[in-house]
Amino acid sequence: MKKPWELKYFRWADVIILLIIVVALFIGVQLAYHAPKSFAKETISLNIKYIPYYAGKSLLRMGAAYFLSMIFSLIYGYAAARNKTAEKVLLPIIDVLQSVPILSFLPVVVLSLAVILPQSVAAELASIVLIFTSQVWNLTFSWYQSLTTIPTELNEACNVFHLSPWMKFKKLELPFGFVSLIWNSIMSWAGGWFFLMAAEIFTVGQKQFQLIGLGSYLQAAANTGNLHAMFAGIFTLVLIIILLDQFVWRPFLTWAKKFNLQTVSGPEAAANSWFYWVLRKSNIIDRFNKRFFFPIIEKFDERFVKTFPFRPEQTVAKKSSSVKIYIGVAILGIALIYGLHHTIVYLFHLSWADWWLIAKSAFFSLLRVFAALALSMLWTIPVGVAIGSNQRLATFMQPLVQITASIPATALFPILILFLLHLPFGLNIAAIVLMMLGSQWYLLFNIIAGVNTIPQDLRYTASLMQLKKWSYWKNLILPALFPFLITGAITASGGAWNASIVAEYVSFNNRNYFTTGLGSLIAQSTAEGNYTMLLASTLTMVVIVTVINRLLWRRLYNVAKEKFTMQ
Amino acid sequence: MANNKTLLELSDITQMYVTRQHRFTALKHINLNIKEGDFVALLGPSGCGKSTLLRIITGLQQATFGKVIYKDKELVGVNQNATIVFQSFALFPWLTVLDNVEVALEAKSFPKKMRTTKALDLLDRVGLDGFESAYPRELSGGMRQKVGFARAMAVDPELLCLDEPFSALDVLSAESLRSDLLELWIEGKIPCKAVLLVTHNIEEAVTLADRILVMEKDPGRIVKEIKIDMKHPREYDSPTFKRYMDEIYETLAGKTRPRYIEAGAAPGQGGGTRLLPNIKVNTLATFIEHLVETKLPSYELYKLEEELSVDSEQIINFTEATELLGLATVDQGEITLTPAGIEFAGADIQKRKEIFASIIRELPTFKWMLQQLNKSERKRLKKDVILTALELEFPEKEAAEQVDNIINLGRYAELIAYDDNNEMIYLESPQSVLELLDEA
Repeated sequence: MKKPWELKYFRWADVIILLIIVVALFIGVQLAYHAPKSFAKETISLNIKYIPYYAGKSLLRMGAAYFLSMIFSLIYGYAAARNKTAEKVLLPIIDVLQSVPILSFLPVVVLSLAVILPQSVAAELASIVLIFTSQVWNLTFSWYQSLTTIPTELNEACNVFHLSPWMKFKKLELPFGFVSLIWNSIMSWAGGWFFLMAAEIFTVGQKQFQLIGLGSYLQAAANTGNLHAMFAGIFTLVLIIILLDQFVWRPFLTWAKKFNLQTVSGPEAAANSWFYWVLRKSNIIDRFNKRFFFPIIEKFDERFVKTFPFRPEQTVAKKSSSVKIYIGVAILGIALIYGLHHTIVYLFHLSWADWWLIAKSAFFSLLRVFAALALSMLWTIPVGVAIGSNQRLATFMQPLVQITASIPATALFPILILFLLHLPFGLNIAAIVLMMLGSQWYLLFNIIAGVNTIPQDLRYTASLMQLKKWSYWKNLILPALFPFLITGAITASGGAWNASIVAEYVSFNNRNYFTTGLGSLIAQSTAEGNYTMLLASTLTMVVIVTVINRLLWRRLYNVAKEKFTMQ
Repeated sequence: MANNKTLLELSDITQMYVTRQHRFTALKHINLNIKEGDFVALLGPSGCGKSTLLRIITGLQQATFGKVIYKDKELVGVNQNATIVFQSFALFPWLTVLDNVEVALEAKSFPKKMRTTKALDLLDRVGLDGFESAYPRELSGGMRQKVGFARAMAVDPELLCLDEPFSALDVLSAESLRSDLLELWIEGKIPCKAVLLVTHNIEEAVTLADRILVMEKDPGRIVKEIKIDMKHPREYDSPTFKRYMDEIYETLAGKTRPRYIEAGAAPGQGGGTRLLPNIKVNTLATFIEHLVETKLPSYELYKLEEELSVDSEQIINFTEATELLGLATVDQGEITLTPAGIEFAGADIQKRKEIFASIIRELPTFKWMLQQLNKSERKRLKKDVILTALELEFPEKEAAEQVDNIINLGRYAELIAYDDNNEMIYLESPQSVLELLDEA
């Protein structure tokens, strides 16, 4: 069955693979060589030659957190999708958890870990947990959604043909959810970078925790005002993001095309990776696959199938299996009530003045979030529509926008602060700009996707009717974009709230700049070790975000889905 | 074949669904048995629960009451010896044709080499050699279903279940696949002991099966068992074939009952509400026009299938709709137009609407709704009010469909108007139209 060109031992693709291996080895050696000699008490050096080492450590942290997120998502999604009773409990839990401001997790996690572990280990773990919480929710939702939207007949086919759980996962569930898992992984990594920058160096009360990594490097550079080092750090970060995009995500997306159920012409269909084709065409990889990779997979499969065989009776829903869950819920409920009681007692320590401060801060942050959303829409709608309706502009702009969007705003904050602080009202207004940085991209991407769904026929009709500019927007573009605008705005407002913690309270050049706001309050109370205040302000933010989600965004989303969806 | 062993037996299967307000019986007291060598068809209109029954037979679903006995043993969980060919093919889109068949073998822990040999052989048998490395999306519907057949046969099933396997195909592909299946079955190339076909297509059942179990809905039950005593290949034009078709139509179309029973009761009154059909009035008109054109006093239903080139399910739907509306009566598989039906066929668009309006105005469900509308302030009602009333008698999904049908027919008759934005039903009058436009 071999075609003649396959018989050649060496192809150009093999040369590229070899070069990549050589470069990877070189980088590894360099990292080892440049690593500081003693690991005892590390301090950040602004010397540029250490950057690769720092970047490597940050990357490892991100990788570990991502790995954990993936495992968590797979298990949690399964549990929620498989059991109706569990679903009722598990879904609302992550729905609320994802509106908890991630940065206020940090002190709680660090301090509790520091009790049982050495400080450095605790800090390391805490940063991983923090990054984990920024990556995990959308992955879990995506996996759960995939599992629940698998066509019934495909599920039944698996049961009729007695596929073991492992095979069902491999042949049906994973392929079905793959594309959406990859897209969400890309989003998760972007979110992870954002918080990594803030998770590597922080002060809790009297204690200063510092980890070695790119984030703390940038922070240190900003604190000493070393512009040279700052640019080098940001450059490295952008480079890593581009490399990941080219060598990990794009190849995966290209490969994942075969898992697409329909022939979609969305962004996923356009994904095409040169590296993927190099891998496919290389004989070295091919041999490696046939000699080692595939046999290992085969063995692995056999093992799994034997350990978890198909059990015919399990596919029929049992009637009494929810008893265990009720017990679980009951235990959880009791624990919750106990915790709630203590929380309330704790919160009584706050004075009226404190609550007034929280209310005032919440109001200002709310204004800022909406201002950031409005300003983002102001520029993303025209730009998104322009990119979306012009194929040529799209091919040129899409990758550029994607790269720009994946640069974490937190990395840019210090530089921007340099300029923004000189604006009238200082950080008060600057915070809005910083919050936009953390949220506008969601809007832009959704708008571009939305424009793509407008049927060409409708555009033709509109131009045949010679609609005036405003009438064209009012009757076609804006209604068609509405659902996408809402979807984007939901994510963007979440992003803006989260960003408020880093945007309203900034350390720069060994000085703290802050303004009135809920985010600032959270950041300040973290720094001062004022846990009562931290708890109260975090809870306030959770409540506000959840309430706005339920009362505003959900409703708008339902309206959008029913009335403005193209069919 | 009469002395063959019993393969499967259903004893008193009943399936219930419980919603908040009500319990609904999807299947009622189903008894049947399948012997070795049988080709049995379960035939019935959609909603009669035949697919549910298939899932109970294969163990994918558990019946509320009753037993499934397979080879003298009560079935627990999925039946290891049965397999299904699905209406939607249910192929894995990301696996090649070969891999799709191999998956079934892999699940039975065949080693890799044997898997491939066996799968290739099966694909060869269904005539798909040369397409092993194709993905399902590259194949036509008919070819995809052949993969479905090959995969089903791969596991050497004893009972082969076909769940409307030809319904998603175009007419010609379905025809050719049917004869392929028949050939394989008659020549013993299908390794299974019995075949169970679920279908709503009368002609298909008569062509393929040796025994037809005719089902009816509300509640789903078996109403008749017909043995088809004909040799293969069966000629559509032969008198025997036509006699069977006629017999089944007679069973499914039934006999038009007196008006007060046929029209049913209004929601909330005892006696059961009659569901309004989901039909387009314009196509119904074409159906009636065709009957007028035949110039015969009454007409045999089974002949219409070919003449109008629609399948039996649609014929039954049309027939039931004309019966309910009093445009025709049915007896012994023959349809007769009433004077109203003849007048309707001859009228122009506006006149048709008037006739139609005068008819549905008298239907209990409509009468009831119009009364409610008249009683209400500003002559309007929330859609939910109607829905809630219907939900007392029907499952949620059916009730929702029913409300849509009512709105659809009422709009055609210009009796009511409906505004989807606030989900409000209005009594149609010149004022209400203006009011509606005003609000929009």
